Parts: sequence; C-alpha cells; structure tokens
Amino acid sequence: MASEAKKALFEPLVSNNPIALQILGICSALAVTSQLSTSLIMCLALTSVTAFSNLSISLIRNHVPSSIRIIVQMTIIASLVIVVDQILKAYAYEVSKTLAVFVGLIITNCIVMGRAEAYAMKNGPWNSFLDGIGNGLGYSLILIIVGTVRELFGSGSLLGYQILPHVADGGWYVPNGLMLMSPSAFIIIGLTIWAIRSYKPEQVEKPDFEMQNAHNAPAHGTGGSH
Amino acid sequence: MDLVSLAVKAIFIENLALSFFLGMCTFLAVSKKIETAFGLGCAVFVVLAITVPINNLIYQNFLQEGALAWAGLPNVDLSFLGLISYIGVIAALVQILEMVLDRFMPALYNALGIFLPLITVNCAILGASLLMVERDYTFSESVVYGAGAGIGWAMAIVALAGIREKLKYSDVPDGLEGLGITFITVGLMALGFLAFSGIQL
Repeated sequence: MASEAKKALFEPLVSNNPIALQILGICSALAVTSQLSTSLIMCLALTSVTAFSNLSISLIRNHVPSSIRIIVQMTIIASLVIVVDQILKAYAYEVSKTLAVFVGLIITNCIVMGRAEAYAMKNGPWNSFLDGIGNGLGYSLILIIVGTVRELFGSGSLLGYQILPHVADGGWYVPNGLMLMSPSAFIIIGLTIWAIRSYKPEQVEKPDFEMQNAHNAPAHGTGGSH
Repeated sequence: MDLVSLAVKAIFIENLALSFFLGMCTFLAVSKKIETAFGLGCAVFVVLAITVPINNLIYQNFLQEGALAWAGLPNVDLSFLGLISYIGVIAALVQILEMVLDRFMPALYNALGIFLPLITVNCAILGASLLMVERDYTFSESVVYGAGAGIGWAMAIVALAGIREKLKYSDVPDGLEGLGITFITVGLMALGFLAFSGIQL
C-alpha cells in the first residue's frame, strides 16, 4: 500500500511526466512562463486543483453513473477553479491580472480531466490525492525549468531580483528579448523533452518510417537504421 | 472597418494556437495527417463561431455587474459564475451540435466523429470566450472574433499537419523524434507568425 502511494506521488515527476510524456496541459505551460513568479503561482494553483479534484472525484466515484461522469467531473473542476480564481483575486491581485484568462483555463487543462478520468475513477481517495499532487509537481517541474530559463536569459533576473547586470545599467549582460516572446517556450520544452528522452530512451515514440540507407543497404532491404 | 481589422487580428496577429498557445494538446495530438487536422479545424471553427457570441449574450444579459437590472436586481454582480456558465454552454452546445449533425448531416458527422466530444475540453474554445469577456466585445464584435479565431486555429493546425507529414521522412537526431521535434517546429511557426504583429488595417 505504501509503495502504491509512493508510486502515485513520484512516478509523474520524470518517468511519467504529464507534459513531456502524456502530452497533457501544454497550453498554460507555454503562456505563463515568461516570469518565474507567475509560473510558481500557476504551479500552485494547478497542483491544488488537481489534488482536490482527484480527491473529490475519487470519493464519489462509486455513486456516479458512467454516462454523466464527464459533466460531473467538469462541474467539480469548474467549482474548484472558481475558488482558486477568487482567492487569487483577493490575495494576489497583481498576479491574477498577469495570469488573466489562464487561471480559468485550468478547467480545460487536460491534466486535471485526464487524471480524474484515468486515475481517480479507479482508485481510493488517498492515493488519488497523492496522484494529483504528483502530477501537479511533474507539471511544476517543467514550468519551473522553462520559467527559470526564460526569465534568467530574457531579463537577467530571477523572481524579480537582478542576477545578470544589464549593459544598460553598466553591467555586461545583453538581455535576449526572444526569450520573453512566446516561441522560445516551445523550443525550451522541445529541448527539455530531448534531455529527458536521452536519459530515459524507452520514452521515445516509434517512428512511422524506418530510415533506410539507400547506398549500401543489403539486397533484402532490412537496411541499417542509422 | 473596425470589424475587418478585428478579423485580421483574430486570424493572424493573435492566432489562438500560435501566439496564445490555446488548444495545444489537441493541436499536437491530432496533427499527424492533413485530412484529420482539417476535419478538426472545421469542427473547432463551427463551435467557436457559435459559442463565443452565445457566451457574449449570457455575459451581457446575466452575469455582468448590473446586467440583471431588467429583472429588478441592479446591484447583483454574478461575474464570478462566469467560468462555470461558459463551460456549461460549451459542453451543452457540443452535445447539441453532435445530435443535430447526426440527424441532418450524417456525412459531416462521420467525418468529424470522434473530434466533436474532444472539443469540449479544447482550451481554445473556453479561452476565446474568456478573452472576449476580458476585452468587453459587443455582440457583433464577438461574432467576428469567434469566427476569425476559429479560422486562425484551423489554418494553424492544417499548416502544422502539412509540415509533420514531410517531417516523417526526415532524419531527426535520436531522442528528439516525435514530440520533441514537433515542439521545436511549432516554435519556429510561432516565430513566423510574430511577423504579423503590428499590422493594422
């Protein structure tokens, strides 16, 4: 039992990462990461929504007819997101302005729905809660990596503190404006996935076509796959 | 003229997929073939063009601060209920659309098939509604915005599917195949779309 709980909590971090392997919840990962502080708030919001939606869906999983389960899950998730949204508006108004629509979009964040459907409908409340936290942390891991890289190289600071002194203020660092723009997030995530998959080669998808070496392939065509 | 400018803005400059990153999960998952990408693009276009104006009406007549004045409740502000109403409208509409298509246009229904229910959880749809509310569009603006955003999203996914069909035959470094290279491709496409920024009609 304890090992099951541990698995639910730690597996999503690297070996079953929601963003890098399950392709879930990518939208917000890209849009909120130009500063580390907004990424952290977003991670916190998503982790709590995933954990509590998993918990409540798991609690009622035996009472919900499967034909209406999607709408029930949707309602639970939407209510939780409203709570998070209102808390942010009350205690962190500036941040909620920068996050704008992306807090609302947690509702359609596939991680929440995906975990509710794939894990919470089949497992007990405590493990589901841990699974929600684990997947939230896996998501946070990627967000923090991307947010750190973008803020450090884009504006030379971390969490608003100047780390690399700007040329304009007499330092040596020329900020890379591209890092603050959206396309860089894609490229950083692409490279992160590359790093994870070089570390764990079994995550690589099967290619649709095998490369054939046209010049010195053997006659029966099982050619080298270089 | 304003509306033409808004349409250009919704299709190119603020392309939902490539500059706001909305609907990315389906964008990446269903872009392996041009035909399926086109079918999904059409479905997203139809749903966006209908739900954004409807959510606009709901926001203006029920949820906005003071919107319930017609019912004698001028001090009520229900805007915190926005999220749950928009997602409800979207889920209900997708369901209705599915039934209508099944009954009257079976060919189209079969073509869209599995993509229709998926659209409920596509962030592009909810995102467009939330952006519409945030920017305070009027009804006619919301019609143009919904349709434009749908066209833009459909265009982007068909373009990506085209690139990925070519990409299948290229020799990608180990470990970068599949998802990794797709991310980088989308990043480069988004860079291309940055060129539209600042265009004003």
